[in-house]
Amino acid sequence: MSNSARSRILARLRSAQPDAPRPDVVVPARRFDWTPAERLTRFRECLEAVHGEVHLVGGDWRQHLFGLLSQRGVRSLLYGDAGPLGASPAIGWPDPDAVRLIPYLKPVETWRESLFADIDAGLTTCRAGIAETGSLVLWPTPQEPRLMSLVPPIHVCLLEADLIYSTFAELMAVQGWARGMPTNALAITGPSKSADIEQTLTYGVHGPKELIVLVVAPGTVAGP
Amino acid sequence: MTSDLRGRIGTALGQDRVRANIRRAMDGLVVKRRNAFADAGELGQLRDHGAAIRSAAVANMADLLEELEQNCTANGIQVHWAEDAAQGNRIVAEILDRQGADLLIKGKSMVSEEMGLNAYLEARGVEVVETDLGEFIIQHAGEPPSHIVAPAVHKDRQEIAALFRSKFPNDLPAGPEGEGIEALTNAARGLLRAKFAEARVGLSGVNFAVAETGTLCLVENEGNGRMSTTAPEVHIAVMGIEKVVARLEQVPPLLTLLTRSATGQPITTYFNMISSPRRLGEKDGPEAVHLILLDNGRTRMRADAELQDSLRCIRCGACMNHCPVYTRLGGHAYGTVYPGPIGAVIEPQLQGVAVQGELAWACTLCGACAEVCPVRIPLPKLINRVRHEGVRSDVSGSGVLGTGARRKSLEALVWRLWALLHAHPSLYRAAMGLAARLRWMQPRRLGPWTRTRSAPRLAPEGLHRLVREEGIDVE
Repeated sequence: MSNSARSRILARLRSAQPDAPRPDVVVPARRFDWTPAERLTRFRECLEAVHGEVHLVGGDWRQHLFGLLSQRGVRSLLYGDAGPLGASPAIGWPDPDAVRLIPYLKPVETWRESLFADIDAGLTTCRAGIAETGSLVLWPTPQEPRLMSLVPPIHVCLLEADLIYSTFAELMAVQGWARGMPTNALAITGPSKSADIEQTLTYGVHGPKELIVLVVAPGTVAGP
Repeated sequence: MTSDLRGRIGTALGQDRVRANIRRAMDGLVVKRRNAFADAGELGQLRDHGAAIRSAAVANMADLLEELEQNCTANGIQVHWAEDAAQGNRIVAEILDRQGADLLIKGKSMVSEEMGLNAYLEARGVEVVETDLGEFIIQHAGEPPSHIVAPAVHKDRQEIAALFRSKFPNDLPAGPEGEGIEALTNAARGLLRAKFAEARVGLSGVNFAVAETGTLCLVENEGNGRMSTTAPEVHIAVMGIEKVVARLEQVPPLLTLLTRSATGQPITTYFNMISSPRRLGEKDGPEAVHLILLDNGRTRMRADAELQDSLRCIRCGACMNHCPVYTRLGGHAYGTVYPGPIGAVIEPQLQGVAVQGELAWACTLCGACAEVCPVRIPLPKLINRVRHEGVRSDVSGSGVLGTGARRKSLEALVWRLWALLHAHPSLYRAAMGLAARLRWMQPRRLGPWTRTRSAPRLAPEGLHRLVREEGIDVE
């Protein structure tokens, strides 16, 4: 049935072609010649404007993160131990009893209820930042799966300072996205929010209530 | 005019609270959009790009849909084609049946509203849960959306609090605290997280589908779209066939036009690009992704060289936010899934001029919608065209459903007389002279028009004559 629906829909479109197929539209990729410092400033301003937190941190990012999580009463942090960070969050983690580090090891089916109920925060890396809009760009992987940045009430993301591009269009062009897309690509700009009641912004509707970005020096996140 | 629309307009005009809620929201959205496009030069260029990208996509739709299907299939997405809403609904039901699922969580999708999907599935015993906060509110109120972007915009917090108190008495704090937006949002979060953890099938709409890579793009703020497309084992995406675009690099300009036009946001919280089901080794994401391509009248719209411009629409809602009719009535008065100027153009095409053609008359032709449309759809021109389709006598060659259905012989006769008079000066002068002499016969009441106005009176002397007496050469 649906095959004939397909041929009928396509036949209707083709028989009614009012003119010859039009050439594709090429739009110049929007980009800005900002210095790295300008990109970082803009990224930070835009993300903070939508309630994201940005911290510039050094090699002691674990201590810094531990402090931020402790303040918030976080007891468990989900991370990808086979990902780009490897076991590094655990190295020198100040107090594994106060904030437990939980690796995302098994398919979600085997621990769905626990993921939704027991995890306070998720830690991921990202592929890039976008200065123009203050966005993080993630391509979730088997090591850092999709739900890590969505289900826990706090999402912490490590961003290397040299990965901030001026615009989304520039990022796509430079990284050649059109050559092959991952299962899921995400641009995340701030914590989850809604203005469905009286146009009043409320944060943390279904996704994270807080988004914390730790901007680190290039090379901090080890290659896989 | 038939009276269904008139009746709904009368009802809407009597609802002061709803009208105040809508007006406040729309005024706010107008300001937010204006601030988001502070640079008029940039806005003009973006709109040019948006219009060019979308019109090329509409022109090349058949090829692009085949390319989309091919790339989605190669990525592991199962593609289905539906000629109408009934067929689309059946496809969704079959997927649910195969999965043995009796619960469906939904991200916001106007196409699913168009299909009447919720009612169809509920009649089959499926529990359908809307997860967008606005959609969640109106689902529990038993109402349709009043706006395509902000479905519960007609309700204020007191109404929503009263609704939640009666439906979920145990999920709100007692006292005035429970009336707060924070408390209401938290209640919905708690109720829906349980559903996200439980549901095995999720459904979403699609904002853009990229043919080149087989990628489905979803634009949202809440995270419910990501939840509905990531947490369950099966994801069903439904889209109108016009949502296809050729290439990935065309997405950023459309995205910024969409979010800035809709809510004045530079970008939404989540821009979610889905290209395949869970791949080997991945630990979450759906095992199966289904894409349903819905025609439901779109190929008919596409066949008309002028009306096909309405298929460029990216559903930002800016036309209704700026419409003097919509902002005074709200979406429910339209009685259709798509209200406002774009609704007045596409609903008569989707459902037929006989059924919804009257909407094209609920318009002042002020042109505000065309000025803000991010893809430069010439809405007033198309609204005029729908009016013409409604009353045209020669219906041969028109592919518009129900063309000529609103033609009235008396009205047609009056206009033929009018044309005759204006084509023959001597006849015109004679008729005007006669009218001036008979002006005592002119009625003082002209239907609803004179309920709040006095009837215009014919002058004893024609303008031509008065001007001639002033010594001005009128020829």
